[in-house]
Amino acid sequence: MNALDLARWQFGITTVYHFLFVPLTIGSATLVAIMQTAWYRTGDEKWLKATKFFGKLLLINFAIGVVTGIVQEFQFGMAWSDYSRFVGDIFGAPLAVEGLASFFLESTFLGLWIFGWDRLPRGLHLATIWCVAAGTMLSAYFILAANSFMQHPVGYIFNPVTKRAELVDFGKVLFQNTTYTTFFHVIASAFLVSGVMVVGVSLWLMMRDQSADAMRKTLKLGVIATIIAGMAVMYTGDVQAKIMVAQQPMKMAAAEAVYETAENVPFSLVTVGSLDGSEAYWAIDIPGLTSFLATGNWTGPDSTVQGINDLQAQYEQKFGPGNYAPYVPLVFWAFRAMIGLGFLGILFALFAAWITRKGRTPKAPVVKLAAAVAFLFPLIGISAGWIFTEMGRQPWIVFGLMKTSDGVSPTLTTTQALISIVTFTLLYGVLAVIEFGLIIRAVKIGPPETVELAELGDADSGRPLTFSY
Amino acid sequence: MSWETLQIIWFVLIAVLWIGYFVLEGFDFGVGVLLPVVAKNEAERRTVLTTLGPVWDGNEVWLLVAGGATFAAFPEWYATLFSGFYIALLIILCALIVRGVGFEYRSKRSSLVWRRNWDTAITVSSFLPALLWGVAFANIAKGTPLELDANGNSQYIGTFWDLLSPYTLLGGLTTLFLFVTHGAVFLALKTDGDIRTRSNKIASQSGLVAAVLAVAFGLWTQLSYSQNAISWLPLAIAVLSWVAALAANRLGREGFAFLFSAITQGSVVIFLFCALYPYVMPSSIQPAASLTITNASSTQYTLTVMTWVAVFLTPLVLCYQAWSYWVFRKRLHPDQIADPSHGSLDLPHEVSV
Ligand code: HDD
Ligand code: HEM
Ligand code: HEM
Repeated sequence: MNALDLARWQFGITTVYHFLFVPLTIGSATLVAIMQTAWYRTGDEKWLKATKFFGKLLLINFAIGVVTGIVQEFQFGMAWSDYSRFVGDIFGAPLAVEGLASFFLESTFLGLWIFGWDRLPRGLHLATIWCVAAGTMLSAYFILAANSFMQHPVGYIFNPVTKRAELVDFGKVLFQNTTYTTFFHVIASAFLVSGVMVVGVSLWLMMRDQSADAMRKTLKLGVIATIIAGMAVMYTGDVQAKIMVAQQPMKMAAAEAVYETAENVPFSLVTVGSLDGSEAYWAIDIPGLTSFLATGNWTGPDSTVQGINDLQAQYEQKFGPGNYAPYVPLVFWAFRAMIGLGFLGILFALFAAWITRKGRTPKAPVVKLAAAVAFLFPLIGISAGWIFTEMGRQPWIVFGLMKTSDGVSPTLTTTQALISIVTFTLLYGVLAVIEFGLIIRAVKIGPPETVELAELGDADSGRPLTFSY
Repeated sequence: MSWETLQIIWFVLIAVLWIGYFVLEGFDFGVGVLLPVVAKNEAERRTVLTTLGPVWDGNEVWLLVAGGATFAAFPEWYATLFSGFYIALLIILCALIVRGVGFEYRSKRSSLVWRRNWDTAITVSSFLPALLWGVAFANIAKGTPLELDANGNSQYIGTFWDLLSPYTLLGGLTTLFLFVTHGAVFLALKTDGDIRTRSNKIASQSGLVAAVLAVAFGLWTQLSYSQNAISWLPLAIAVLSWVAALAANRLGREGFAFLFSAITQGSVVIFLFCALYPYVMPSSIQPAASLTITNASSTQYTLTVMTWVAVFLTPLVLCYQAWSYWVFRKRLHPDQIADPSHGSLDLPHEVSV
C-alpha cells in the first residue's frame, strides 16, 4: 500500500468511527431533552429517572464523539493538504462556522447541564439541554454543508492563475438542495438510531424488572421517535435519490449496478453475480423500482436510468481518459445494507410496541437478546449509507473538480501514514472496548431506584455535589 | 474593506483564538500535570478534576476554532503546517483524545487500578501537548525548512526530529512551566483546604522556573528570529504581569494572581504573533517558500464573509462562556465529594473503594 491508500483507509476508519457516536449523540440529546421536559411539565418522577439514566448513556457516548471529532478537524491538513489548498477558500468556512456556532454551544451547555443540577433553577437547567440538542443539529448542518459541496460543488469559480477553487457565493454553499436533503436525511436517520436504542434498552430493562414503569414510558417515546424518523428517512431518502441522479448519475448507476442505459429498471433485493457486478446469475427483482427511485416514473421513456458504460463514455469525453466508475459491488451492497438494516430497526420498534401492548411484559430470552442488539442494525445501516455516499463519489474527492488521488498530502510518506493509521486504529479500538464496557455497566445498573433532588443553592451549603468527576 | 486589511484582521483573529486557547486550556493542562502532586487522596483528586469538569471541553473548542479559522482564512498555512508537522500533531491529537476520555471516564468505576491508570493517563496526556505546543510555536517563529514544489506550493521537507532543537525545546519547556503555574494558580483560586495551600506553594516555585525559561526564550526569540521591534512590548507586558501574578500569589490574592497569569499567557501569544508578522510560516532555506499573510490567505470574499460571522458570533460565545464560569464560580472543597464511589458504575458484586 502507498501513502494514498493508507490515507484513504485512515480517513475512512476515523470518520466512520466518529460517525458511530455522532448519530447517537444527535438523537439522544433531543430525546433526553424531551424526557426532562416531560418531567418539568408533569413532575412525574419516572421521567426524572429516565432523564438521569439516558443522560448517563448520552454522556458516555458523547465523550468519544468529542475526542474523535478533534482528529476530524485536523486531518484534512495533515493527510489531505493539496485538497485543503484547492478548496480551502470554500471548505474551511463552514468548518470554522461550525466551531464558532455549534461546538462552543454544545460543549459549554453540556458542562452546565451535567454540573448544573444543583446550581441552576429548574427551567434554566432544562434550557441548557435544549441548547446542547440545538448545538448538535447546527454542527451537523454546517459539516453537511461542507460535505454537500464535495458532492455537488456550487457557489465557486475556478481561478486558473492560482489553480484554486474560489468562493463567490457562500449562501449557495450553505443553502443548496443537496445540503437540505442530506441534513434532513441524516438527522432523521440519527433519530432512527437513537429511537431504536431507547426502545431496545427500555425493553431489556423492563424484562429484568428494573424501573419497569419508567421504562415503559421511554419505550413508548422511543417507538414514536422511531416511527416518525423512519417515515422521514424514507421520504428524504427518496428526495435525495432524485437529486443524486441529477447531480451524480454515476452513483445511482453504481448503486443499482445498471451497466446499460434502460427504461423500467428493476430494483434487485438480492443479486448473486460475478464479483465485479457486471453479470448477474440470479436475482430477486422488483420491476421498475429503481426507475421510480431515480426518476419518479415506473415505466416509459421518462423512467430511463443512465448506465455506467454510457456515463463512463460521457465523462471520458468531458474529463479525459480514466475510470470514472466507483467500485460497484461495494456501492451496490452498501446501498442495500443502509435500507435493509434501517428497516430492521423500524420493524424491531414496531415489534416491541406490539409485545408490550396493554401493560404486557414479554419473557422470551430471544426477545431480550433482540432488545440488546437491535440498535446495531440502524447504526450499521447509517454507516453503510455514508460508505455508499462517499465511495459512490469516487474517484472524485470534489465531484467533477478534483480527484481523490490529487488531494493527498505530497509530503505524506508511507511510513508516516502507517504510523498514524496504526496509532489511530489501536487507540480507537481500545476506546471502543472501554466505552462499550461502560455502556453495558450503565445499562445493567439501570435507572436509579430513587433520585435525590438537589435544591438550588445546595452546592453552596456544604452538601455533597450532585455530580463530580 | 480592502483585502490587505482583512488579511491583517484575520491574522489578529487567529492570534485571539490562540490567546483564548492558551489562557483557558493552559490551566487545564497545568491542572492535569499537577494532579499527582496537589491531590493526596481520592476525594482531593476528584475535587481537582471537578474544577475542570464543566469547562474543559469548552476550553478545547478554542483550539478547534483556531484550526477551522486557519483553514478558512489561510488555507496554505493550514495545509503546510499540519501536513509538515504530521507526527508532532499526531502525538498532540492522541494526547487530547486520551485526556478528554480520561476526564469523563476516570470516576466511572471505583476500581483502584482503573482510577490510577486514568490518573497517569491524564497527567501524561496533559504534559505532552503543554510541551509540544511550545515546540511547535518555537519552530514557526524560528522558520522551518520549507521548499516550493513543482506546483508552486510550500512544503515542509524536514522530519519530526528536525523540529527538536535546543531553541524549540526551550520553547516547549516555557509553555509547559507557564501552563503548570497557570494551573496551580487556577487551583488555588477554585479550591479550599489543603489543595489550595499546596497549589499556592507550587505556583510560587514553578512560577520562578517559568520566569527564567520564559525570559531566556523571549530574548532568544526577539534577538534571533523576530521580524519586528514591536514584539518587545508584549514581551515586557508578559514579564511584568508575571511578576505581578507571582506577587499576588504570595499575598494570597488569588483572583489577581489568576488575572495576571492569564495576561501573561495571552501576551506570550501576542509576542509570538508580533515576532512573526507578516509571516505565518517563514522558510529557513528558501525565502520564496515562506508563507505570509498575503500569499497564504483565502480570497477577499471569503475573508469578508468570515469577518461578518466572527463579528456576530464571537461576542455571543464570550457571553455564555463567561456565564458558565460565573455559574461555577464557587470554590470546591473535598468535603463536597461525599463518597468516593459516588457516580461510578459498579455492579452489585463489585467492592468499592
Ligand atoms: C439507518 C439509516 C438510514 C436509512 C434507513 C436510510 N438511509 Fe439513506 N443514508 C443514510 C442513512 C439511512 C446516511 C445517514 O448514512 C446517508 C449518508 C449520507 C447522507 O446524506 O445520509 C444516506 C445516504 C443516502 C443517499 C445518498 C445521497 C448522496 O450520496 O447524494 C440516498 C440516495 C439515500 N440515502 C436514499 C435512501 C432511501 C431511498 C432509503 C429508504 C427508503 C434510505 N436512504 C434509508
Ligand atoms: C460531513 C462530513 C464529511 C466530510 C467533509 C467528509 C470528507 C471526506 C473526504 C475528504 C474524503 C476523501 C478521502 C478519502 O477518499 O478517503 C471522504 C471519503 C470517505 N468518507 Fe467522508 N466525509 C464526511 C462524512 C463522512 C461520514 C459521516 C462517513 C461515515 C460514517 C464518511 C465515510 C467516508 C468513507 C468510507 C470514505 C471513503 C474512503 C476511501 O476513500 O476509501 N464520511 N470523505
Ligand atoms: C469530517 C468531518 C467532520 C469534522 C471535521 C468533525 C469535527 C468534530 C469535532 C472537532 C467535534 C468535537 C467538538 C467538541 O469538542 O465539542 C465533533 C463532534 C461532533 N460532530 Fe463531528 N466532525 C465531522 C463529521 C461529522 C458529521 C458528518 C456530523 C453529523 C452529521 C458530525 C456531528 C457532530 C456532533 C453532533 C458532535 C458532538 C459530539 C459527538 O459527536 O457526540 N460530525 N465533530
